[in-house]
Amino acid sequence: MFEKGLTLRWYAYVWENYSHTIKFSVIIAAATVIIDILLGVPAAYALSKGRSRWSTGLEELLSVPVAIPGIAIALALIQTHNYLSGSWLFIVVGHVIFTMPLMLRAVTAALRTAKLAAMEEAAASLGAGRGTRLIRVVVPNVRDAIVAGSLMVLTMSLGEFNLTFFLYTPLTMTMPVGLYESYASLRIEIGSAYTTLFLLFTLPLMALIQYLGSEKVEGQGF
Amino acid sequence: MTHLTIDRLTKQYAKSVYAVREVSLEVEKGETMVLVGPSGCGKTTTLRMTAGLEIPTSGRVLFGNKDVTDLPPEKRGVGMVFQNYALFANMTVAQNIAFGLEMRGASRDRIGSQVTTMMNMMGITELAARKPAQLSGGQQQRVAFARALAIEPEYLLLDEPLTALDAKLRDSLRVELARLLKELNITALYVTHDLTEAMALGDRIAVMNHGQIQQCDTPREIYHNPANAFVAGFIGRTNCYRGLLESSDGGGLAVNLGFATLPVACDPGGREVVVIFRPEDLRVAAPDETPHFVVHITDILFLGARVRGIGRLSGGEEIVIDLDNAVSIRSGDNVGFCIRPGKIVVRSADFNLPR
Repeated sequence: MFEKGLTLRWYAYVWENYSHTIKFSVIIAAATVIIDILLGVPAAYALSKGRSRWSTGLEELLSVPVAIPGIAIALALIQTHNYLSGSWLFIVVGHVIFTMPLMLRAVTAALRTAKLAAMEEAAASLGAGRGTRLIRVVVPNVRDAIVAGSLMVLTMSLGEFNLTFFLYTPLTMTMPVGLYESYASLRIEIGSAYTTLFLLFTLPLMALIQYLGSEKVEGQGF
Repeated sequence: MTHLTIDRLTKQYAKSVYAVREVSLEVEKGETMVLVGPSGCGKTTTLRMTAGLEIPTSGRVLFGNKDVTDLPPEKRGVGMVFQNYALFANMTVAQNIAFGLEMRGASRDRIGSQVTTMMNMMGITELAARKPAQLSGGQQQRVAFARALAIEPEYLLLDEPLTALDAKLRDSLRVELARLLKELNITALYVTHDLTEAMALGDRIAVMNHGQIQQCDTPREIYHNPANAFVAGFIGRTNCYRGLLESSDGGGLAVNLGFATLPVACDPGGREVVVIFRPEDLRVAAPDETPHFVVHITDILFLGARVRGIGRLSGGEEIVIDLDNAVSIRSGDNVGFCIRPGKIVVRSADFNLPR
């Protein structure tokens, strides 16, 4: 009744039936990262400039989504922005809310160093306005933090399940949701193959985060 | 001609907390004005307000006749050198120096030639392609000077530029900097807490304390003729005592210090006065001479070129004496001293004694 031996058959099966989830996951993760950078870096810059109680309060507020269960965010989104429902952008919106605090934390910490503040003052004395300073001096010097934040966001977005589960449609299914579906149908062999494929995506990212983190520590010698 | 005017500049943080209070300064074209004082005296805040990096609570900054108080730093066109160099870590040395010229929209040829000129002037040509992280502190500060001077600013503002360097390097760069400031004939405002640096570089020195200028004059005047006890105490070791002014037997004025009565030339106004004299202005009284006072020597420190004696006066007051290293005085001796003529400074006692 049972066949014995090694097979790659289930990998092929997963690839055939779930490759669209991989595609969607990558698209959504990429879009999330891009939006997080475009909104998060200027926001972090503005936050790091503010020294008032108001700006610290705002910063705290922006990290609240980490503490809110994904299901609550998802239901709130469905209630308030239902016109987006069915679109893959809906999932992107959810992921941006969920991951933005990570990007902000990584970048504001790097922006708050005294060295960078002095560099900006030097740039100002040499005639650079605020926009030029941001592009020519600030961003290049916090590039490592932006890269680290992006990788973290990418990993979080690829693995996000809670939120996505409430926002997806069969046409906008992501990897973790597909994974859930394969397990829920009690097809352990498919689930296992799927999990392996999933790890093939996320493990290299984790390794890259680790590598960049350690390189930064070494680089702080000067 | 007054080139840089700071007019009653004030920076107030809370209701009665002043970082800088009604500071006024006039700097001539080509002059180097040094702001010197202990940390927290407001010298850096004054400089930063001049650069536009700090917004004054009140007062004005004028470049020539132009009021620049409300201009942001990028519109002021001053060269600035910072204590921690503040080089752009993402750019090479050459790119750092070129930055200000790029901001001014200079042509590529002009930028290239100016960067070369600056690197030659600062002796850093071979560093052109390096990043700041690959440079020593001294090299970084040379790049910072080159970057600030590349835009050929009319004003150069320097915030403790040599403080982060080690002592030997600081000495050699100081000499170089003094020459550079003279050669370029640039109007400079220089902040330091280091008195030797202030004396060596400043055409004039403004001594600050508690957010106010205590005295603004040439280094010589400040050293020999301090306006008050704070300046006297800040500008090197001094002996400083409170006394009462009275008319002396000969018809002139004298100050009764308790342990001695010293003849003085000028009347500072008021009966209570402070008498200041420097350790090096004392000499051992000749055998046939009446000393101004007798000191019980408690310590003798051999300093090489000089010998520093520390002792007590008859009232228990401490006194510091610098003597020729040939003098043979031991601790425990009682020695009579005279103050060299003209070296006694008398000021009104409204000012606090230094610690």
